[in-house]
Amino acid sequence: MNSSLATVAYIGATILFILSLGGLSNQESSRRGNLFGMIGMTIAVLATVFGPQVNSGGYAWIVGAMLVGGSIGLYLARSVQMTQMPELVAFMHSMVGLAAVLVGFATFVDPNATKDFKDAAKTIHELEIYIGIFIGAVTLSGSVIAFGKLSGRIGGNPVLLPGRHWLNLAGLLTVIYFGGVFMGAETVQAGTMPIIIMTVIALLFGIHMVMAIGGADMPVVVSMLNSYSGWAAAATGFMLSNDLLIVVGALVGSSGAILSYIMCNAMNRSFISVIAGGFGTTSAKPTAAAGGVQPAGEVTPVTALDTAELLREAKNVIIVPGYGMAVAQAQHTVFEITKYLREKGVNVRFGIHPVAGRMPGHMNVLLAEAKVPYDIVFEMDELNDDFPSTDVTMVIGANDIVNPSAQDDPGSPIAGMPVLEVWKSKTSIVMKRSMASGYAGVDNPLFYKENNRMLFGDAKKMLDEVLTVLRA
Amino acid sequence: MPTGANSQGSSGHAAAADPLDAVKSTQRIGVPREVFPGEKRVATVPEVVEKLIKLGFKVVIESGAGDLANFSDDVYRAAGAEVVTGAAALWSTSDIVFKVRGPTPDEVALMHEGQTLISFIWPAQNPELMQQMAAKKVTVLAIDALPRTLSRAQKMDALTSQAGVAGYRAVIEAANAFGRFFAGQITAAGKVPPAKVFIAGAGVAGLAAIGTAASLGAIVRANDTRAEVADQVVSLGGEFVKVDYVEEGSGGGGYAKVMSEGFQQAQREMYAKQAKDVDIIITTALIPGRPAPKLITAEMVQSMKPGSVIVDMAAEQGGNCELTEPGQAVVKHGVTIVGYTDLVSRLAKQSSTLYSTNLFRLTEELCKTKDGIVNVNMEDDAIRGLTVTKGGDITWPAPALKPAAAPAAAKPAAAPVAKKGKGHGEPSAPMPAGKLAMMFAGAAVLFWLIGHSAPKEFMSHFTVFVLACFVGYMVVWNVKPALHTPLMSVTNAISSIIAIGALVQISPLMDAAERPNGLITWIAAVAIGLTAINMFGGFAVTQRMLAMFRK
Repeated sequence: MNSSLATVAYIGATILFILSLGGLSNQESSRRGNLFGMIGMTIAVLATVFGPQVNSGGYAWIVGAMLVGGSIGLYLARSVQMTQMPELVAFMHSMVGLAAVLVGFATFVDPNATKDFKDAAKTIHELEIYIGIFIGAVTLSGSVIAFGKLSGRIGGNPVLLPGRHWLNLAGLLTVIYFGGVFMGAETVQAGTMPIIIMTVIALLFGIHMVMAIGGADMPVVVSMLNSYSGWAAAATGFMLSNDLLIVVGALVGSSGAILSYIMCNAMNRSFISVIAGGFGTTSAKPTAAAGGVQPAGEVTPVTALDTAELLREAKNVIIVPGYGMAVAQAQHTVFEITKYLREKGVNVRFGIHPVAGRMPGHMNVLLAEAKVPYDIVFEMDELNDDFPSTDVTMVIGANDIVNPSAQDDPGSPIAGMPVLEVWKSKTSIVMKRSMASGYAGVDNPLFYKENNRMLFGDAKKMLDEVLTVLRA
Repeated sequence: MPTGANSQGSSGHAAAADPLDAVKSTQRIGVPREVFPGEKRVATVPEVVEKLIKLGFKVVIESGAGDLANFSDDVYRAAGAEVVTGAAALWSTSDIVFKVRGPTPDEVALMHEGQTLISFIWPAQNPELMQQMAAKKVTVLAIDALPRTLSRAQKMDALTSQAGVAGYRAVIEAANAFGRFFAGQITAAGKVPPAKVFIAGAGVAGLAAIGTAASLGAIVRANDTRAEVADQVVSLGGEFVKVDYVEEGSGGGGYAKVMSEGFQQAQREMYAKQAKDVDIIITTALIPGRPAPKLITAEMVQSMKPGSVIVDMAAEQGGNCELTEPGQAVVKHGVTIVGYTDLVSRLAKQSSTLYSTNLFRLTEELCKTKDGIVNVNMEDDAIRGLTVTKGGDITWPAPALKPAAAPAAAKPAAAPVAKKGKGHGEPSAPMPAGKLAMMFAGAAVLFWLIGHSAPKEFMSHFTVFVLACFVGYMVVWNVKPALHTPLMSVTNAISSIIAIGALVQISPLMDAAERPNGLITWIAAVAIGLTAINMFGGFAVTQRMLAMFRK
């Protein structure tokens, strides 16, 4: 295969990738979109393997690496629980980040790669290597931390070092300084030192960045890391003068950035403040200083039996799922209850907050897995006006997204974030393990409202009991 | 309790014609006997008399006013009302008159200046009556002119309360004329199939009929041209029957009319089909200010099973069925067609109680000071809407409600618009010009710097890079929130394109002596392995997720 043929194949692959992303924006065309992506990837890989830059000496290596990696990947995809999707996505981002770092190093130690470049072109090439490794390393460590936070291996609270913005700035200046040293280095040996220092700083930078971000913002972070992995690929493309890498990397990068932006909008938060991190602690201080406005009132606990009675007498029910439903794997029981109530003529609908769960669209995926038809699943804006006419609202393992202080208390850390107005329904039932506050670390006055009931316990276990009572 | 059970009242109290007198002393509410033939309701029941007295009023009842609704004069006296004999005596001594039906010419003649009348009027249909009352310089509050969209007006909405009663009664009439059970049963004497009831029009009366018929155990179906009531029908235990008519998307000039004709045709077909199947049809379709639409044709009646029943609740406005005879129950083609126009009166005790509670709520609004004196405050939107004549002027129709005064109506309209602007999967409003100009200026400077210093090869890469960023932005901007996760998963899989970078490095080059071939090959192989995890895993998991999204 000559280089023109390879280029044509690359163009075809690029078009398929664009169609793939476009197809994924709609349910009807989404499966075809994924198929386009697979075909595009196959074409891109085959065109490269049989292209001019790979000779027979590499085939065995490629097949071996592909077999090992591919089977691990397929195994993970088969065995992963739908509730663990956020972790898996974060884990995979770290793979891309690590690959970007490795490719960068391989290019760096390859004198062949630079021999054609002179002057400005050489400087730019070195800059590309430097930036490529930097982005790759940030993606790698950031994704690893995100994976840890999402899977519960690392605590979800934001870890804030004193003067963290200064630390970041110092890190950035050091990176720029060593960038200068690296560019000035004549030989590979001379460049090794600065590039390793830079990589270490980039790794710390990524760790620091994600550690400082609170759990409630995790969906945005996952999406942002997704964007980074795209930019890492684009930087690698510049480094290797490969247009396919540049185009696809830019596609992934910009679409990830836009997705993060859309999500920030949904939470009524600025993109910068999410990246800057520390959500849920810094802004909570004024409230505490003002004497700590504790929600007043009594918490009314109920049993599964009472819950079933309430549901049986209701005409309109809205279910608001949150991360707690995912953790307890309760989505199937939720669907069984929904099915039962719908057969009895109860109008059951689902209200999904844009940032419910740990990943954008997380709840939709879980409900789809439980075979809940997507025409009874509604977005927050579609449903918020209907709460006053709703008899029972069931909040399953959600907290911050139903917190009235987002609207009532301007001093609250989540003030201004749009929330599902469940407290306007005739009765709301909140299912929770305990009275602990949510990911944002904010107390929830909803629990103390007169028309609210608390059903304590594991969501799956309690819902199973509710279902048994309903069927009895 | 000013007077208590002792109903001395103020018999010597002359007609409150003198306005000064009216201001100073407690006002008298008079409730005459309804004179319209067949009208059994009464405008105030004893229970409400007590509440009116608590508001500071004196209440006068014409003897026999409540007889047909099973409220005797004695019960009214016990509640604290004064009972007078004869309409003339009542009208002359009352400052405020509560009635059900609009006044007859005889009653208008009994009115005096400064009197207030509260009853059903239907000002649009009765212009002559309006002129007469205006000439008498009485203040008239037409309960049917209530601005129903005001949420605080709901408690005074007599149209709704009376329609609910009528809907209930329609089912009872149907059950009376129908020769079978409503509920299906399996008994020792054999199997009884449930009755099938079809209800045309799901307004207040229709919904009440649905609920009643369903609670009697019948299979209930209902239809309404307003598709949004489907949920309400289902919530009451009915089944919503859609008109089988798909609107054609293509169209040009004059196509709305064609569509509505097509819709009517489909609606007729649906009714014809239901007529053959069901046992009971209850029609409630009314169009304000126009004769009732003819939904049930003579052929449809013929096609019904013998013994079936039609209750035409629109009989007074001409009827929804072609064969309806208003005011009567007739049997045609073996089908009983009930065209009673007094369904509400047939449940006089219930409807009177509800109506008088509506009037009491209105009186509360009129008398906020609770001193027994009404104040027709024309600044109040609800009262302004109700008042059809005042001081000799016809004040009907009331001006349209100010938007600020109608929060219930304005809020749902405004809220979605405000929320749309957030760009949540929706195209957002264009950026302010100043901000846009700044962004363009910034981009121009950046591009100039790059163009100034970068070599040619870099520029071609840079071109595709910038264009690809824009493509990514355009493609993703309208994604549905439900698909965020699959989209992220697929972009993640696509980002394993970085494998290309490793692939081009993996092959050892024989002619490059300085190249550490072994090291590079190993690094590249590891990189390929890692990206392969991502590549295969990412696509496979996306596939798995998307397979679940089924309607």
